[in-house]
Amino acid sequence: MSVWDDVVGQEHAVELLQRAATDPTAMTHAWLVTGPPGSGRSVAARAFAAALQCTGTDGVTGGCGRCHQCTTTLAGTHPDLTVVATDKVVITIDEVRDLIGTAARTPSLGRYRVIVVEDADRMAERTTNVLLKAIEEPPPHTVWVLCAPSVQDVLPTIRSRCRAVVLRVPPAEAVADLVVRRDGVDPQVALTAARAAQSHVGLARRLARDPEARRRRTAVLDVARRIRGVGDAVLAANELVEVSKAEAKAATEERDAAEKAELLRALGAGDGETLPPRLRSQLKQLEDDQKRRATRRQRDVLDRAMLDLLSLYRDVLVVQLGADVDLVNAGDAAIVRALAADSTPEQTVRRMDAIGLARERLAGNVAPLLALEAMAVALRPQG
Amino acid sequence: MHRSPSRAVPAGRRQRTGVGASWQHGAVPPATRSRPGARKPASGNVRSWDEPTLAPVVLVRGPEDLLRERAVDGVVGLARERDPETEKVELEGATYGSGQLQVAVSPSLFGEAKVVVVSGAEAATDELYADVIAHVASPDPETTVVVVHGGGQRGKKMLDTIVASGAPVLQCDAVAREAEKAEFVTRELRAARRRAEPEAVRALVDALGNDLRELASAVSQLVSDTTGTITEGLVDRYYGGRVEATGFKVADAAVAGDAGAAVALLRHALATGGDPVPLVAALAMRLRTLAKVAAIRGGGVTARELGLQDWQVRNAQRDLQRWTPEGLATAITAVAQADAEVKGAGRDPVFAVERAVLTIARSRRG
Ligand SMILES: [Zn+2]
Repeated sequence: MSVWDDVVGQEHAVELLQRAATDPTAMTHAWLVTGPPGSGRSVAARAFAAALQCTGTDGVTGGCGRCHQCTTTLAGTHPDLTVVATDKVVITIDEVRDLIGTAARTPSLGRYRVIVVEDADRMAERTTNVLLKAIEEPPPHTVWVLCAPSVQDVLPTIRSRCRAVVLRVPPAEAVADLVVRRDGVDPQVALTAARAAQSHVGLARRLARDPEARRRRTAVLDVARRIRGVGDAVLAANELVEVSKAEAKAATEERDAAEKAELLRALGAGDGETLPPRLRSQLKQLEDDQKRRATRRQRDVLDRAMLDLLSLYRDVLVVQLGADVDLVNAGDAAIVRALAADSTPEQTVRRMDAIGLARERLAGNVAPLLALEAMAVALRPQG
Repeated sequence: MHRSPSRAVPAGRRQRTGVGASWQHGAVPPATRSRPGARKPASGNVRSWDEPTLAPVVLVRGPEDLLRERAVDGVVGLARERDPETEKVELEGATYGSGQLQVAVSPSLFGEAKVVVVSGAEAATDELYADVIAHVASPDPETTVVVVHGGGQRGKKMLDTIVASGAPVLQCDAVAREAEKAEFVTRELRAARRRAEPEAVRALVDALGNDLRELASAVSQLVSDTTGTITEGLVDRYYGGRVEATGFKVADAAVAGDAGAAVALLRHALATGGDPVPLVAALAMRLRTLAKVAAIRGGGVTARELGLQDWQVRNAQRDLQRWTPEGLATAITAVAQADAEVKGAGRDPVFAVERAVLTIARSRRG
């Protein structure tokens, strides 16, 4: 085994990082790991961090996966590893200043102090400039690993100071192997899930493990088949929005509760006490933040649903054009065939455009229900 | 748990408004009135938020803040009716520490009656859930404990235990649909022993329906400022200038095919500083109602399930006589485009709304 086991389908990137970790002449102190969502950016960054610290077992170095340095780094408990993961919209300038302070400290146990910034694209220009100075002349023991969806997502000034590692969309088979290895699911289920997730590792694992997630995905695809007229379209849009709202709430409520308790304690509310009125605005602020987070989450869930629909129509087009390609939605081939028989390739392309437009609109803050209504209306059978 | 208003669309409803089909005429099921915020007479001793009662344990549950406050006030009010000296003790779920409930319910020094209100039970500590479950098993008959839960899955075991004990549950479901808002207004008026024209209720919901608190305070203002039946004209005088109200007037004119009136109203609203966003939202809502009523005509779904009131169905049916499915599709598409442009995708948001209004008016048949 090695720390690279979970970095699937990225042979080229692994080779590059592994060499850097073992050969001092190939080492650089600032890295930029890019790749589409689900390609395993943060997994690769952590594996690299472990490989940098690895002291080796039985002559294997560069990420043996068994020494104390490797295991604690992968577990996220190594004192010389700092990982910045945010689900906020931006990383603040104060957070970056703190990081720079941390980066200057000499490592306590390992060879390096490693700072992983998972969403380096979520920084304002001013914040990026603060970071820039730090990565330009890092202390010799410090390694920065920045992650972003694509090279274009970070400022050119950062780009030019980092060594780039580009992850690709891993092949579905490689993702399926990982899912089998990690979750012990049936290989066929794993492959179907990996294809349906379009090789998004996290999503593939969820689909493979959770029959409910598979059922929800099929329900989304089935929406396409059920829309026969404008009335259905509007009802279907409503259904998608309500389901996404419920999913977002379920995903955030535990954390919301913990944050509220923490804030109340921090503001000095005694056990069981309600907050005095003068402090309520801070509670209100938290609740507003939580609402915004739920809204963002809801948009993510909806966007995922639209990506699923897009993959469905891509399959439909493949069938209509008679192309010999594996279906993304092999598990829902009946829906694909029904839609393919019921429309022309031109209509399919128009529908894909409508879904793409709805995604853009959602990102542009259009009322979700309205954006989905317009999309669903475009999916109805038309002469 | 709050039941989501969405419903799965049964597969048996396929094949109704297919390619180029015109609307089918069919019997429309009666839109049964449902009570706002109390949609769920499921199991246990469930009642509406406005039917408070005293019991050793009372559960107030559901996502609508205002209704939860009303429900709690109702219980406390009843307790004070019985004993004016009743003391109200408040506990916050998020900071709750083990044993506090027991302390709170224990008799006070001077022996006053007590109501213990535990708020934020949807985001509370596990200690609270454990203590409430224990308390439900052996409640104090002298004290009322009101557990307030805003919805969600946290504390489910506690909720189940309270419901199973037969304790009264004051249900505070979201007042989200137009019909629920209208029913809320009607009940508020009834409580104040006042009547209103159905059109007046509709106008109030149009103008203030985005915020239940605003709606409630508007009703109480009308009640205190005026006498006799509340008319549409009266509501219009008070709230007709609000951009939401204008939005629905614009939408009504556009849906009726009166492009001239729609654009004149729209230009006036925008010229006086009206925000285009709620105008677009009003257009979308009217078209949505039309599409839903079209779906009802197709069968398989009822007005009640969609939260539509009789008058909404009647009005929409009248309008639909002049609308084709294609026209409606064009109109909805145009409004979505306008929303995108108003929110930054276009250079001229005012023109974007105007174009959508004209498209709606033109999409109507003849
Ligand atoms: Zn190692």
